[in-house]
Amino acid sequence: MKIHEYQCKQIFSRCRIPIPRGQVAVTASEAKHITEELGGRAVIKAQVLVGGRGRAGGIRLAKSPEESEELATNILAMDIKGLPVHKVLVEEAVNIEKEIYLGITNDRRAKMPVMIVSSEGGANIEEIASQSPEKIFKVLVHPLLGLRDYQARDLAADIDLPRILWRSFIEIARGLWETYVENDATLAEINPLVISNDQHLLALDGKMEIDENALFRHSNLADLRDLDVEDPAEVEARKYGLSYVKLDGNIGCMVNGAGLAMATMDMIKLHGGTPANFLDVGGGASAEKVAAAFRIILSDLNIRAVLINIFGGITRCDEVARGILSAIADVQPSVPMVVRFVGTNAAQGLQMIAEARMETAETLGEAARKSVALAAGG
Amino acid sequence: MSILIDRKTRLLVQGISGNEGIYHTQQMVAYSTNVVAGVTPRKGGEWVLDGKIPVFDSVKLAAEATGANASVIFVPARFAPDAMFEAADAELPLVICITEGIPAQDMMRVQTYLGIKGVRLVGPNCPGILSPGKAKAGIIPGDIVGRGNVGVVSRSGTLTYEVLYALKRAGLGVSTCVGIGGDAIHGMNFMDVLSLFEADPHTDRMVLIGEIGGCEEEDAAEFIAREITKPVVAFVAGQTAPPGKRMGHAGAIIEQGQGTAREKIRAFLAAGVRVANHVEEIPEVLTAVVEKE
Repeated sequence: MKIHEYQCKQIFSRCRIPIPRGQVAVTASEAKHITEELGGRAVIKAQVLVGGRGRAGGIRLAKSPEESEELATNILAMDIKGLPVHKVLVEEAVNIEKEIYLGITNDRRAKMPVMIVSSEGGANIEEIASQSPEKIFKVLVHPLLGLRDYQARDLAADIDLPRILWRSFIEIARGLWETYVENDATLAEINPLVISNDQHLLALDGKMEIDENALFRHSNLADLRDLDVEDPAEVEARKYGLSYVKLDGNIGCMVNGAGLAMATMDMIKLHGGTPANFLDVGGGASAEKVAAAFRIILSDLNIRAVLINIFGGITRCDEVARGILSAIADVQPSVPMVVRFVGTNAAQGLQMIAEARMETAETLGEAARKSVALAAGG
Repeated sequence: MSILIDRKTRLLVQGISGNEGIYHTQQMVAYSTNVVAGVTPRKGGEWVLDGKIPVFDSVKLAAEATGANASVIFVPARFAPDAMFEAADAELPLVICITEGIPAQDMMRVQTYLGIKGVRLVGPNCPGILSPGKAKAGIIPGDIVGRGNVGVVSRSGTLTYEVLYALKRAGLGVSTCVGIGGDAIHGMNFMDVLSLFEADPHTDRMVLIGEIGGCEEEDAAEFIAREITKPVVAFVAGQTAPPGKRMGHAGAIIEQGQGTAREKIRAFLAAGVRVANHVEEIPEVLTAVVEKE
């Protein structure tokens, strides 16, 4: 789960990472007022969860409170890559001497957190990483020991940071580690971390992603979820504990298990069709959950056929059949369906849906072939 | 023979009193697994399954009383990290964690600690291990697998069942099936399991079931080329999946463009590993590989 720049900065600030002075505004007059307090000059930054805000005109420098009001009016009316701007961050303008990158994330291979630094931060960090990997430095952080000062110092030396800034850099690196641990982040980054003209380090922009699995112990963070970035059907799916991703094909898929769901989508593609979604009903799904899943799949108007592939283990095929039948009674879908049940209570499940005029299939290949033919009107 | 578990395994079930714990304990016992004990704090002294299995308050007590040498965990996500630390501190050499939804930072701490203690961890978020005809530690349905010489290792759950089912219909039996789990941070990886299969005299070929994300398949491909002499057939799920939700810049930096199905398949082919185009093709490719040898 991503959170906004201004939310990151509030967290940074609590962890002693210096940030520019500023405040969030939801109206242009608030922006004007904040700009006055900042001394008449400010940067107005759109708060949306996509990259490339600057290029889209979502970050502008105001040289007066009046200009700030005007720019905020424009930015608050913008859509950036399809996302509406509801808030702007109004911050003091910083004179930048140099931009650095500092981030921390999970290194899957090492099974440890990794802190990453580059002497060239800013919007092009990914290009730098792929084209000049020698400018990127990393250090693994032992999860039971935490970040040690010497590790942060080594990183400062790696990027030839002036020695006068080392102490402040170590303090920021420690703060970022704390941010990452205390919020169960999977990513916490400062990009850019700038050296200002007056030789201070400052977190000019921040990004954090929070581990969805850890939200149970961070109710304050769960409240920060921005539903604008998510497809409404995906939000609805999450309410039921379903994992759903909408795609642009026309064959709806309902499968138990993420790997099997992907293998089912691949099989559809192999037979010349295109999946309309990824949907994992999870293990041991109840009839209610299945019915909800079914309604979500059918809410996609591009659907021409539905493929249901259930490999019963903890999940019982008769329970799934019950869910399907209740959703059908509810929604009265007009699209054809192909059902494949294998494993726990498959025979009972198939018997239950026998009267619902659905195609059935024994193998995954057969199920995919039939649903592709049905979607094509065959 | 088999790897990791067999008839000599004395299995302990952590979270035995929960719905899933008791249901799957029944299934494991029905599969003639030697389940020697259960652990549920505050239920020590009780017995489950008609008085067949004693329940203890702690792993340490259970292990002392029964000589358990492996643990399978069905504890809810927020308590599962503690359950893994507890099993490790009770000196159990093998821990299998079925639980899904454990925070990644917890898993990094658990994995690091278990590494120091020399404990083997399978999972979390996995279906566990099945050695056909011998034992099962986890939730893989026993009736879809026959005994044989194919070693199966997978990151998935139900997709693994689909593969086992396809193997069975083709008349191919399995030595051991290991579900290593789908989480970003987990215990034993493909390479760990493949090297056990390589050393197992009763495994003569292997199936590796991967999926998009991470770089474990790429690492396994390189490892196979270097270390594995037995034939391996791979399958990678997610060829049609849209590019995964990227983990910001840092994630992209770490993975360096790895992680797509295409990358993984290319890595396997480059390493001389045969790749099945779809799940149901796996038995066919496996047979062809062996005939060629």
